[in-house]
Amino acid sequence: MGIITMISTWLIPCFILLVLLVASWRKIPAYELFVEGGKEGVKMAFSLLPFLVGMIVSISILRSSGALEAFINLISPILTLLGIPPDIIPLALVRPISGTAALGMTTELIETHGPDSFIGRLASTMQGSTDTTLYILTIYFGAVGIRKMGYALKVGLLADIVGIIASIVVVTIVFG
Amino acid sequence: MVNIIWACMAIIGIFYAMINGTMDQVNEAIFESANDAVNLSIGLISVLVFWLGIMKIAEKAGILRVLSKLFRPVIVKIFPEIPKDHPAIGYILSNITANIFGLGNAATPMGIKAMEQMKELSGTDTASRSMITFLALNTSSLTIIPTTVIAIRMQYNSLSPTEIVGTTIIATTISSISALLIDRFFYYKSKWRK
Repeated sequence: MGIITMISTWLIPCFILLVLLVASWRKIPAYELFVEGGKEGVKMAFSLLPFLVGMIVSISILRSSGALEAFINLISPILTLLGIPPDIIPLALVRPISGTAALGMTTELIETHGPDSFIGRLASTMQGSTDTTLYILTIYFGAVGIRKMGYALKVGLLADIVGIIASIVVVTIVFG
Repeated sequence: MVNIIWACMAIIGIFYAMINGTMDQVNEAIFESANDAVNLSIGLISVLVFWLGIMKIAEKAGILRVLSKLFRPVIVKIFPEIPKDHPAIGYILSNITANIFGLGNAATPMGIKAMEQMKELSGTDTASRSMITFLALNTSSLTIIPTTVIAIRMQYNSLSPTEIVGTTIIATTISSISALLIDRFFYYKSKWRK
């Protein structure tokens, strides 16, 4: 498992190195491009702000009232039997429906359980490894006027389930 | 759908607090968590600015183009209904490379263009085989570096914010391959029925 941890630490610095080497070799104005791209980053962070405030507050209400805990306690006997941590269920249910909602839930899980806890790592992996099926379906089919979706929704949702199970299994093996 | 989920979480929470007598905690949580969320969003700026800056250089330096050349033979295989030199292949490739680097904003317009091309090929308002394959690839997410997640982990003082990159890549690979297999399964099933 040491290799996976090493890839995790080396990948980003090596990628940056590669980008800067290629840019210098091709005599591209790297710094100016960096600033230009960075401006988009500022916009992105601010555009996420209202989504995160809305979602995190809503989940916090649910959690602080004790309702979330009651729900988790209710379903946990079956899930623990299957090896699924019950805390992850709300995130798993929302992930295919809304990307920003899932991001809010991931954040809340990381905040509550800690980023280096099992739940924190699992939520992080889940957030990164599947995408929002319904959003993609709506945007792409909507944009070109496809009305009959065929088996697209079935494929997307089944792939999500596989992705969620894969995240649980992989995180359990690597960090378990 | 999101609207209902979002409202229901708060509604259920407040009702439950009435019965459970936890209104104090709820009242406190509302303002505290809103504050936390704002701090978090501001904290995300550092990583997002840096990463999108680097990606801009990568894009102009032609790194994404080299990658799409590498993937071309694979993509041609995955989409047997699209002629090899059709522009749809090019758009699919740009969409996938942008997704791999977590450039969701750049990936979406390319994806829509790919869909337009595929619609021209099929000429109906029914989703074609290629379109569904394309969606399957996109919904299983192809991210290699989950920037936003790393940024959030940093904000909450993770000892190793990037340690989840490895697990994300493995999980993503499994889900993408499964998505393609599931897609193939349903395609042959629908063909067999006819």
